[in-house]
Amino acid sequence: MMAALRTPRGIATALILLVLAALPLLTQAFDQRYLLSIGTRIIIWSIAAVSLNMILGYGGMVSFGHAMFFGIGGYAVGILSAHGVSSGWIQWPVALLAATAWAALIGLLSLRTRGLYFIMITLAFAQLVYYVGSGLEAYGGDDGLNISRSRFPGLIDLRDKASFYWLCFALLCASLWFCSRYANSRFGLVIRGAKSNELRMTALGFPVFRYRLAAFTIAGALGGLSGILLANEGAYISPAMMSWMKSGDLIVIIVLGGMGTLFGPLYGTIAFFVLEEALPPVLNLVHKGWGEYWMIVFGPLLVLIALYARGGIDSLLGRRHD
Amino acid sequence: MKEPLLRTERLVKRYGGLLATDNVSIDVRPGEIHALIGPNGAGKTTLVHQLTGVVAPDSGTIHFAGHDITRLPTHARVRLGLGRSFQITSVLREFTALENVALAVQGHAGHSFRFLADARRDETLRAPARRLLDEVGLGARGSVLASALSHGEQRQLELAMALAGDPTVLLLDEPMAGMGVEESQRLIGFLRALKQKHAMLLIEHDMDAVFQLADRITVLVYGRAIASGTPGEIRANAEVRQAYLGEEMA
Repeated sequence: MMAALRTPRGIATALILLVLAALPLLTQAFDQRYLLSIGTRIIIWSIAAVSLNMILGYGGMVSFGHAMFFGIGGYAVGILSAHGVSSGWIQWPVALLAATAWAALIGLLSLRTRGLYFIMITLAFAQLVYYVGSGLEAYGGDDGLNISRSRFPGLIDLRDKASFYWLCFALLCASLWFCSRYANSRFGLVIRGAKSNELRMTALGFPVFRYRLAAFTIAGALGGLSGILLANEGAYISPAMMSWMKSGDLIVIIVLGGMGTLFGPLYGTIAFFVLEEALPPVLNLVHKGWGEYWMIVFGPLLVLIALYARGGIDSLLGRRHD
Repeated sequence: MKEPLLRTERLVKRYGGLLATDNVSIDVRPGEIHALIGPNGAGKTTLVHQLTGVVAPDSGTIHFAGHDITRLPTHARVRLGLGRSFQITSVLREFTALENVALAVQGHAGHSFRFLADARRDETLRAPARRLLDEVGLGARGSVLASALSHGEQRQLELAMALAGDPTVLLLDEPMAGMGVEESQRLIGFLRALKQKHAMLLIEHDMDAVFQLADRITVLVYGRAIASGTPGEIRANAEVRQAYLGEEMA
């Protein structure tokens, strides 16, 4: 633990976590409340990215529909809230259960395919959920729905932005802790081994499908949690939160941060949000009006990462030794 | 005669009009090395695929250790004690040699639905893995990435992985492929010492190795077993000489 703090990666990660832990205090001190809202979204997206990394990064299962779990978690909370069920003690377990069950079901169907077919079938399921969401006129259809935040009376008030932020941060830390155990557990090694050589793992006596299905389901549950948080962050649900572009953003984040690395999803999310927020004003400084086209800079940047920094931001922090 | 461990009965596999496996009945008995030879396209690989569960036969049965395994999936056959090595080297390239074998040990150590404990420091997996690496002569190479091992070392690693489950029968698909003379000789000595504990079905192109190792040989031509017997009988068999061995036996 102490030795890890002496590497560039250890120092950078410790600093990031420290700043994130103190973010509500910092934004208050500098009177930048707006930044806390971005910070909260970064934390929530990081949880989603950690969950996707568990299957995509460690397992080689390129799911192009992971944002559907934003939707499942969010809509479960939103729909219950619309019917007057405001207790988080009911909303959250129901939402988690829904995400878990849905992940198990589509995993059962899609994990029979490989490669491009797996990408397409996960995308298809995500689109299905998306169109169901936009067809739910009773819950706002395409326009989405304003909801009230989950209530945990006597425990925590999610309307308080700092409390909510710290709750999200604690859940992110728990997710990272779980992922660090997962990655080197017997289960995690089966998932990583199957990414490396599925045939070999089968010949070693592992029923690979079952392990992948379990991993996909866990990732779906954790993705559902991030959906619950996202709905509570904006007090709002809409089909847009599970569009295929969000799924694509999640993949970009993982590639950017470093696939199959513990903190890669966190680095990736921060980099993604910072670039998204910072590139337009910087470009506007260069020439007024250019900010609109920030993707022209962001796109080639991703290409460069894919070409020259295979391990993403994580690999720029030095060699890993795990 | 001892009861066979592995036995196929009138196995048939067709691909369109092609009979890839034509009524093949072979068996492997305890303590023996049974070699399967035949020219390219004779259906050796198809037969191995049926034994390992990669493809299902059209008719016929496969029995192993008292079970009918004809419809059993691959991983379940492995768990019963049917180990295999691959024709083309198949190791986990991103893992070290020791981790490769430790995973093989893990594959036979009950289910792996364990999410929290660090398997990379689990001595119940690593100690047997180290012993197996020693056994195949890779004891000093445990911490090397499998991708960085030489071809011969990777074949040795495969063998260590196949032995992890203490299989009663080993299917060795061209274990000598790509090996130098010296490496082959070492492997031959090793396999010979191994056969009392692990009976083997050996598929091999290297005729020197086959005749040195095999207790029995079955010759496959166009999917059909045209002859089966001791190395001496096979050497003397006119049909075999004509169909396959040809110049090599002269």
